[in-house]
Amino acid sequence: MLTEPYRCVKWSVKWFLFLFLFLASQAIFAEGPQSTPSIFAPASTPANSIYELSLFVIAITGGIFVTVGSLIAWAAFRYRQHGQDDTSEPAQIYGSTQVELAWTVIPILIVVVLFLTTARVIFAIQDAPKPKSALDVTVVGHQYWWEFNYPKLGIHAVNELHVPLSDADHPTPTYLTLLSADVMHSFWVPQLSGKTDLVPNKVNHLWIDPHHPGLYVGQCAQFCGVEHAKMLLRVYVDTPEQFAAWVKNQQQQAVNDPKVAEGRHVFETQACMNCHTIAGTAATGRFGPDLTHLMSRDTLASGATTNTPDHLREWIRNPDTFKPGSLMPAMQLSDQQLDQVTAYLSTLR
Amino acid sequence: MADSTFPVPGAIGAAAPRRQWSQTAFLAWLHDWVVTVDHKKLGILYMLYAIFFLLVGGVEAMLIRIQLIRPEMHFLSPEVFNRVFTMHGTTMVFLVGMTYIFGFANYLIPLMVGARDMAFPRLNALSFWLTFFGGLLLYYSFIGGYGLYGAGSAPDTMWWAYSPLTERAFSPGHAPDYWALSLIITGFGTIGASINVIATALCMRCKGMTLMRLPLFVWLNMVTSFLALITVTPLTAAQVMLLIDRYLGGHFFDTQAGGSALIWAHFFWIFGHPEVYVLVLPSFAIANEVIPVFSRKAIFGYPAMVAASVGIAFVSLGVWAHHMFSIGMTSVGNAFFVLSTQLVGIPTGIKIFNWVATMWGGKIRFSTPMLFCTAFLFQFLIAGLTGIILSVAPWNWQLHNSYFVIAHFHYVLVGAIVFAIFAGIYYWYPKATGRMLSEKLGKWHFWLFVIGFHVTFDTMHIPGILGMPRSIFTYEADRGWGTWNFIVSIGGFIQAIAVLVFAYNLIYSYFKGKSAGNDPWDAWTLEWATPSPPPAYNFAEDPVVTSRRPLWDIKHPEDPDWRYE
Repeated sequence: MLTEPYRCVKWSVKWFLFLFLFLASQAIFAEGPQSTPSIFAPASTPANSIYELSLFVIAITGGIFVTVGSLIAWAAFRYRQHGQDDTSEPAQIYGSTQVELAWTVIPILIVVVLFLTTARVIFAIQDAPKPKSALDVTVVGHQYWWEFNYPKLGIHAVNELHVPLSDADHPTPTYLTLLSADVMHSFWVPQLSGKTDLVPNKVNHLWIDPHHPGLYVGQCAQFCGVEHAKMLLRVYVDTPEQFAAWVKNQQQQAVNDPKVAEGRHVFETQACMNCHTIAGTAATGRFGPDLTHLMSRDTLASGATTNTPDHLREWIRNPDTFKPGSLMPAMQLSDQQLDQVTAYLSTLR
Repeated sequence: MADSTFPVPGAIGAAAPRRQWSQTAFLAWLHDWVVTVDHKKLGILYMLYAIFFLLVGGVEAMLIRIQLIRPEMHFLSPEVFNRVFTMHGTTMVFLVGMTYIFGFANYLIPLMVGARDMAFPRLNALSFWLTFFGGLLLYYSFIGGYGLYGAGSAPDTMWWAYSPLTERAFSPGHAPDYWALSLIITGFGTIGASINVIATALCMRCKGMTLMRLPLFVWLNMVTSFLALITVTPLTAAQVMLLIDRYLGGHFFDTQAGGSALIWAHFFWIFGHPEVYVLVLPSFAIANEVIPVFSRKAIFGYPAMVAASVGIAFVSLGVWAHHMFSIGMTSVGNAFFVLSTQLVGIPTGIKIFNWVATMWGGKIRFSTPMLFCTAFLFQFLIAGLTGIILSVAPWNWQLHNSYFVIAHFHYVLVGAIVFAIFAGIYYWYPKATGRMLSEKLGKWHFWLFVIGFHVTFDTMHIPGILGMPRSIFTYEADRGWGTWNFIVSIGGFIQAIAVLVFAYNLIYSYFKGKSAGNDPWDAWTLEWATPSPPPAYNFAEDPVVTSRRPLWDIKHPEDPDWRYE
């Protein structure tokens, strides 16, 4: 009676193993360049203290799992009924105060240790004093994009956060002030720090001090509406030279190239300027992203696609191609107007 | 065993003859079920309702898993995906979780305490039908609004419906209204049923059944009902406030007019965390009955089990903000909720140890209910440990709202609760129908489900650690989450097959199952002293008990329990 299900189990386990190995090899060799934001590959102090704490917690919970798990397995195996005909009842045991006490006190001790270790890391991260050399950035969450304001530098960046590398001798951590323009969002770049929510009518804080230059990806981690999944985050950790160059460029007014004047005219006479700002022009809208340095960014629509002129044109023609449900409307421009405005925007380095 | 051996007689006279089918008979049968105030019929209605919505929620889960099987899939539009996962969560928690509790409680508590019905039979019927129509209203949202195209007006703001996304500025239309109104209605049903359970457990006990002789099943359901009474009310209040915001110009959660998004989160989780224990305590209740009977031993440490249950309920009222570690609380606030959350682990640990001690030295019979309970034990252990992991606030800043959390709470809701529900159904189905569920189909069901479960939910922890947030309709191809999601989806499909085997077993065994007799498991609580199915009045004479295991005393007069209690 039992054989059929057990044969099925054996068969399933075998094939599951095959499938697993096959897919694992696929994952390693075949999926192209990966940028996995693993929390076990920290690149900043807060993420690193969390990682070290997590190893400690894994050791404790793993120990409990092995102990109690083997007790359950042993009890189930050792005390199973042998044969259907053995109907005598085992000895009845109703309890034991000493044993109950033991398995109450030991968990209490474990909780005390775990709590104290945890509390230390909470205070170390949340209440860390802010050094004078820190960079301030105000992050504003929008449905479905990110606004990054650098108040002391006068920069308004969008979707791609540039921060300086911080080394131990000259720490230049970045302190983020988190705000929301509409609903709740959450800022999460796993390799740099844990997440903190952007809550309307509440000011939150987060700090990072990346130790290695490069690109770190993340995304909004609090459901915020239709296109929550395409509210991606990119943090560029720049070397001091790269960062200085980036700052210098971002502080400029928008490029004003007379060759694309028609495109600028389209932009300034259509509804575009109601929502977007281009510094140095009549466009001062605040609802959508600042486009002053649009072409300095690698991605469009908060990471929904790469920033190429073709994608830009398609995005203006019909945003639903890349991000159905985004708040950018399809502007119903003629083909000529589309070409002109794309040409204009492509000059905004 | 025959009726005559028990001094607690069941049936008066012979069973009614089987009725022939005719239209009048059918209408009479239907009328009988609709107007019934019999706790057993209402219990069965609750269970059928829960199983029906388990299948519906399961279909929604399959849609989610098809969408996520590969990166950048376009099987569902973002709008429909958001509606489907919101409805999956809402259905599973409010229409499955909150109803299976009262299915078991209604059917079993009067039988276990030796009563003829619940304390308030009409309130019982009212509670069920409120819950029933609340669920219908929620699902009416699929055909409201735009009709079936685009999933209508189904709620699309996650099951916790964080403000201000639910305010009219961000959710025009009626999606949040369906969510709030239908849950207010099912909530009233829950409150009525909870009052009934408490009153029955406290006031309807037969002679000799002191509180310390109450079966643990009844104890845990009473604790659950107290907890539900305390926690459903703030949710109802918050939902009324939300509707005031939306239709009467209130600004409780309207952040654009100075309202607070934070307050909603507190209201919701003051309900939402104890809710987890409302759902899990009745599954402990089932394990408390099944494990001793199939280990052939009395439960180890009965007073400790009662104390631990009350302790869990009490502590669980002070842990809600561990769902809000990332919302920006102070460091002291975070530390407080770390400690309170980790404290829950102590009474929970006591329960696991007591279950293992009950098995220890027994003669365990691995029938289907016990298979499900053993898997329950093992999986609940893991769920508890990932719970400890998530209680560590700094690590929670990483794991919160990631797939790790989804894996963790599905380990609780499926690995512990659904497994216990299945154990309970295999265990008490013979009592309710008079027929055994097929053991062969039961073993197929168990093994397919346990394999599917582990393939899905063990694997699901990994994308969370790799940075995959929840409630996203698709993900980027370069993140390295594709393989893991593929495996998760495959496991999901295996579980779906297992549930279909189960549904088939329920129907097949109802007609073709082996006859059960009064006491197929050789068990010890009072319900097994009645015929299967029990007559409307349960007991012809009021039973009298002298220990926690009245039937053990009868079966073993040479070694009765009351000598040791």
